[in-house]
Amino acid sequence: MSRTTADADPSLPDTWEELVTTALLGTDRRTPAGAAPGPRAPLALLDAAALATVRRRAGLRPAPAAPRPERAPEDPRPPLPPAAARRLAMLLADRPGTPGGGRRGAAPDLMELLPQWLAAANARGFAAPPAALPALLDAARGRTDLRPAALRFAGPRALWLARLNPDWRFALRSTGGGPSAPGPHDKDGIRRLWREGLFAERVALLAALRSREPAAARDLLAATWATERAEDRLMFLDSLRTRLSPDDEPFLEQALADRSRNVRATAAELLSSLPGSALAERMAVRAGACVAVDHTGDVPTIAVEAPHECDAGMERDGVVAKAPAGRGERSWWLGQLVEAAPLDSWPRRLGGRTPEEIVALPVADDWQAELHAAWCRAAVRQRNAAWSRALLGEPSAPEAGGPGAVSLAERAQLLGTLEAGERARWVAGFIETHGLSEAFQLLGVCAVPWAAPVGRAVVDALNIARDAGSYPWSFSGVMGLAERCLDPSESGRLDALLAIPDEPENASPGAGGYWSEAFQRLVTTLRLRAAMLTELTPPSP
Amino acid sequence: MTQQGVRRTAEQVLALAPDSASRAAGSRLGAAGPWSGTGRSGEGAVWGLCEGSGSDPYRTVVDVADASGPAYRCSCPSRSVPCEHAIGLLLLWASGDAGVPRGRAPEWAEGWVAGRRARPERQPAADAPGAPPGPADPEAARRRAERRAERVTAGAAELEQRLTDLLRGGLASAEQSGPGLWEETAARMVDAQAQGLAARVREVGALPGSGPDWPVRLLEECALLHLLGRGWLRRERLPEGLAATVRSRVGLPMPADGPPVRDDWLVLAQYDTADSRLTTRRIWLYGTESDRTALLLSYGAAGRAPELALPVGLALDAELSAYPGAGRARAALGDRFAPAAPTAVRPAGTTTARALARYGDALRDDPWLESVPVTLDRVIPVPDGDGWQLADAGEDTALPLTPAARARPGLWRLVALSGGAPVRVFGECGHRGFTPLAAWPEGPGEVVPLC
Repeated sequence: MSRTTADADPSLPDTWEELVTTALLGTDRRTPAGAAPGPRAPLALLDAAALATVRRRAGLRPAPAAPRPERAPEDPRPPLPPAAARRLAMLLADRPGTPGGGRRGAAPDLMELLPQWLAAANARGFAAPPAALPALLDAARGRTDLRPAALRFAGPRALWLARLNPDWRFALRSTGGGPSAPGPHDKDGIRRLWREGLFAERVALLAALRSREPAAARDLLAATWATERAEDRLMFLDSLRTRLSPDDEPFLEQALADRSRNVRATAAELLSSLPGSALAERMAVRAGACVAVDHTGDVPTIAVEAPHECDAGMERDGVVAKAPAGRGERSWWLGQLVEAAPLDSWPRRLGGRTPEEIVALPVADDWQAELHAAWCRAAVRQRNAAWSRALLGEPSAPEAGGPGAVSLAERAQLLGTLEAGERARWVAGFIETHGLSEAFQLLGVCAVPWAAPVGRAVVDALNIARDAGSYPWSFSGVMGLAERCLDPSESGRLDALLAIPDEPENASPGAGGYWSEAFQRLVTTLRLRAAMLTELTPPSP
Repeated sequence: MTQQGVRRTAEQVLALAPDSASRAAGSRLGAAGPWSGTGRSGEGAVWGLCEGSGSDPYRTVVDVADASGPAYRCSCPSRSVPCEHAIGLLLLWASGDAGVPRGRAPEWAEGWVAGRRARPERQPAADAPGAPPGPADPEAARRRAERRAERVTAGAAELEQRLTDLLRGGLASAEQSGPGLWEETAARMVDAQAQGLAARVREVGALPGSGPDWPVRLLEECALLHLLGRGWLRRERLPEGLAATVRSRVGLPMPADGPPVRDDWLVLAQYDTADSRLTTRRIWLYGTESDRTALLLSYGAAGRAPELALPVGLALDAELSAYPGAGRARAALGDRFAPAAPTAVRPAGTTTARALARYGDALRDDPWLESVPVTLDRVIPVPDGDGWQLADAGEDTALPLTPAARARPGLWRLVALSGGAPVRVFGECGHRGFTPLAAWPEGPGEVVPLC
């Protein structure tokens, strides 16, 4: 107990201090007050100390109250249904670092389900139970990928809490919700924070404002643009990616003349994602001059004449003059021109052909890989689904699974420009033809839960891999994805896979048992996810 | 004992786990995946086969109908009780009826449950740890008790001598002499069959050099040890209540012979403390009719959870008998009449000033009391320098939290629950400060465990 509490008897403290001093020195050196020296002195001291101790304790009074913290803001969202609250407690209790060993066995990995649980709870707009906030903040502290969803679910009270505990400071940084963060209508506060804030606060402020009012964010940036440091200008300019529109063109055109090469390149890249911009038009003219259809042979062929120099105009529009080691200068320049030219300009330039027809044309003199790769980058940058479709081709085509011009990473990016259903059909077709070994990256861009064709293709492919006699951990990446992404309603289709099959002669020893265990875990996790979602769905009135 | 066991919630099941490793392992097993042949009977047995690393699945069975808490049996090699499989099985059961269907127990499960239940009913009082078996020969028992009292007396006299020596040479020398002296003294008290004195001596031995005001704390504890020794030596002259307190503090076993009190006992808190020999579990109960707070103690060997486990937040219709000793809350659990059930009742609360006054009053009956159970109403957790306090919402007074309470994760659950608004808090209030153990939000809402 704090000694700020007063004792009942004002004369006691002196006596007590005296007793402690005597006890420290020993009665051989100092005689306790009111006692005779000699063998009885220690006992007299202990008697007096016992009396004083009990008196001190019995006479304790409360301390004065310290200043009270402000109240946490109200959270207007409805509370979780009780079953969902219990589930949350269980998911949060399953921390990493608990013993388990290498092989994962048949039990689900609860912590891996937390992101989904949070997404579902956020989608339904529930408030977090206050008592769960410390565990939520601890989980978000350990896993940065969880932070946005966890902090959104945790709500305003978590920020209030984070101000009291240094371990949770990250929450204030992540949300830009420091004590000084101005509200959306606080124009003066916004301007002051923009002028005086720390770099991280300014980036957060700009990003938040850009997502609400794109023009206001751009104006804020333009006001101080000339005085910002080059690295900072680059970061701030990057914020314009959010809700980029033709209104941003004048500002970006101005940035094309920036002192910093990186800033110029970023401005050019942003302008080229605006197919109607003057820069895009200039690039279309330059790229068009390099690429033409040659009708002199038996079949029409694309002839490429790469630029012979990188002039000042090209450099101003963001073309990097110096090629990286190992690349020819002319093909380097060509790639940048084609990448930045609007894709819609090609049918006009190449005889009114559709993207499919253009991609199918033979290309002379080994320019095909260079040209197609640049079109891929352009399709991703301009989010052009028609060109993406043409460049991806048929998923069952032999080259789709091979090392071709388009890498898996590029294919994943192209798929990202398609709408979810088409993306799912393409990935399913790819897996049916080429199996799982190359599919991991492509599966990552599919919407969760997986559409039926993707789920079916993955389960069939796993089944085939099992029959081929390999071990399940060769597919642990896809297995883990399947646990998190398969539609829970598919779990019934998996029942047949749970049995331990007879081992074929060429199988790896024991593989059947491990496969059955892996499918077991898959089914268990799917059931758990189904239960989780049901718990988060309030019964209809 | 034919009532069907009460299904517990997942947290209540997890609270049964002896340590965090089995809690984590058990929660991984709490889903259908590794289980087969699961089922439950109308009589409160739950069973199942769990795939493990061995060739045969483990056979796990839990008897949930026992009034003193579930009993477990599992063929796995784990030494924890309950093991991860038992926890997993109960979690599976907690998650819904689909995982554990009603059915006939297989022979291996049925046999064990039947064997357990065939054993004769034990008397509630005899359930208490350390209670002597009923005296077969009253005269022999009296002689045994006399001999024991003589040994305790010799131990108390020796302790007095050692304290006298210490105070003669001065406490300053205690920091140099190291813990060996105290360990030796504690061992002498064990020989004297005075476990209570031995435990206090060990605690005193940890004090020298333990922080800035250690001489003050050392003098306080030495003085209280002296007071207890003197109390024992003159117990015939003490009022009966105080004499009983002294006997129990010294460590003499005494049966819980208070009249049984039947009530709806709300489980406020359950927490364990462990040393190298023993795990001690404290369960605080609140009588919703009698407005009384009682403490159940149960023990487990090191590394094992004590058998008694009660779900925090539920109330159970049961009889409690108090242990002797004036002003003390300890009781023993007797018959239970119905499964634990939810209740909306909360203990009535008081202010920080009245809570401390209550502690002061209780010291009159038991000067060795560290703390009393108290519910504070309308208090706000407030940061205070390096520490925290609970401040009355309506007055300018506060109780500091104990250092132990500040270090627990429960502190942050309490702060989060409050959000700067008043809450009701149950805990232990004593000379070191307040240790919060459970809290309720201002509006409606379930109890939040803090330990």
